[in-house]
Amino acid sequence: MANFVALVIAGLATGALYALVAIGFTLLWQTSQTINFAQGEFVMLPAFFMLAAMKAGLPFWAAIIVGFVLSMAILGFAFKRLLVDPMLQHGVLPLAIATMALSTFLKESVKTFYSAEASPFPSLAPDVDLNVFGVPISWQNIAILIVALMTVLALQYLLDNTFVGRQMQAAAQNPTVARILGVPVERMILYTFLINAALVALASLLISPIYLAKFTNGETLGLAAFAAAIVGGFNQIRGAVVGGLLLGVVDNLSAAYVSTQYRSAIPMFLLIVIILFRPNGLLGRPEERTI
Amino acid sequence: MSGKTQRLLAYLGLALALAFLILAPLAFRRYGLYVLSEWAVMTIAAIGLNLTLGYAGQISLAQGAFVGIGAYSAAILTTHGWPLIAAIVVAVALCFVIGWALGYPALRVQHHYLAFVTLAFSTLAFLIFRNEAWLTGGTEGIDGVPRPTILGLSMAPHLRYYYFCLLVLALASLATLGLVRSPWGRAFVALRENPIRALSLGVDTRRYILAAFAIGSALGGLSGALYAPLVGLVEPPAFNLTLSFTLLMMVIVGGSGYFLGPFLGALIAVLLPEWLRFLESYYLILYALLVMALLIYSPTGLIGILDRLLVNRRTRAASAARAAMSASIEGPAR
Repeated sequence: MANFVALVIAGLATGALYALVAIGFTLLWQTSQTINFAQGEFVMLPAFFMLAAMKAGLPFWAAIIVGFVLSMAILGFAFKRLLVDPMLQHGVLPLAIATMALSTFLKESVKTFYSAEASPFPSLAPDVDLNVFGVPISWQNIAILIVALMTVLALQYLLDNTFVGRQMQAAAQNPTVARILGVPVERMILYTFLINAALVALASLLISPIYLAKFTNGETLGLAAFAAAIVGGFNQIRGAVVGGLLLGVVDNLSAAYVSTQYRSAIPMFLLIVIILFRPNGLLGRPEERTI
Repeated sequence: MSGKTQRLLAYLGLALALAFLILAPLAFRRYGLYVLSEWAVMTIAAIGLNLTLGYAGQISLAQGAFVGIGAYSAAILTTHGWPLIAAIVVAVALCFVIGWALGYPALRVQHHYLAFVTLAFSTLAFLIFRNEAWLTGGTEGIDGVPRPTILGLSMAPHLRYYYFCLLVLALASLATLGLVRSPWGRAFVALRENPIRALSLGVDTRRYILAAFAIGSALGGLSGALYAPLVGLVEPPAFNLTLSFTLLMMVIVGGSGYFLGPFLGALIAVLLPEWLRFLESYYLILYALLVMALLIYSPTGLIGILDRLLVNRRTRAASAARAAMSASIEGPAR
């Protein structure tokens, strides 16, 4: 039983990370119909920004700031301006393919210019276990859960209760009417790209101490985030959170109890079943706009 | 440029391309032959995906899995003593049936949801290739897939096997061209452009969606069945998601929905990395950059660039003709 509880909690921590990545993914989809196949690589990269900054002699906290700034400048601003904007009016597919090429580009660049080996990454939380009623819980998982939870709450507050957030929602739901009503739609889309960049940088900061920073880290993570986004519902933050947590727990439990060989099959199976029987996800609403 | 000269140019281009494909390999070494054979084999799979995606408008991220299913079928059967032709028939039939079944989700969901269902299917197929060792040899795969003997002629020499692949490619292209130009092809396009309107006009959209998946997948299986003897070794990593992505990229980069698109796309996806190999560890970086630049410049792919050039020329020619005409009209009046 203690083992089971420990597995669930570790699963929730992984799931919270999936959720952060999935939220960014759905934000991009909602405001600009970008299916970002490089989302996993977006999570892999900021850790290397931080490592490079530390190599240049900065302390860890300053390196984190540098990592976030670079991530927002490159994965947010430059990504939108250079790749998304020119292709936006040509439909979903060419852009999706371009993001696939981008993922190769990011992976190979890190491998060539930084390192092909896994690099250790400093952790925010102490590497010891907390013992709760005989269940060992690692501080890292607790830190991940707390940070992810606070981020989701802050984001939800931003979207629902602030002027900018309401404008962003309007821009996502109906850009034409939003534009008529004076919402600067273009800037709102840019904000979602910046938020996505910040979310992936955060996920990178949380996940790299556990898996070490490696150029291939994005591959499984990207897929898990897609699955989380779909399982939960493509058009809602709550959906991405539920999907992420569910996927994390199912993933962990099936690795322990079903079969390690088919571990990655379970989320995919879940994905197919959900899409076929509840195409809008567990919490999703029918999509309100068509392309 | 009139329509007639344009058609003449097109035939000339086709003849040149064919002459190159037939004559150039005579001077190629082993590796060049291998790369060109790979191009022919992958083009077949891309033609299939172009049918599903480009003509019928159904996104599929499973084409790589079908290439895998075809390759494993051929490898398993030929190592058990079957002739390759029989193995090809089985591979194509198997992929047709599985493709038909995979079409059912497409009846319920569209666009990105369909992309993810097919993506999940790819992942599951890869796991089966890797884990079911009794059938597929597990992570080690199946080694020593023999080259076939056709009409008493051994295909073991690389040049002969290349010609065999080229012949199959030619047959597959002609069959697809016939299909695309038939009422079926028009029904596929109707499905892509406006499914509801197609349905209201009496097109049985249900059947055509399933058929688009089944035929596209069958061509994937054909490609896989040719791939196995080409490489000789069939192992799981060759058929992971990356292959499905690469095939999708071939179709989009070439020009989705154009008959010649997959040929050009496969050229970019198979040959360009080889040409860039002199850059060593930088070649994939530059390759990815080139693909992005190409898509930014022309989101409709290489065919889009050709189209644009032709249209530019035509409009320039037309405006020159108009100018000449107005000059000749205004001329005498002055």
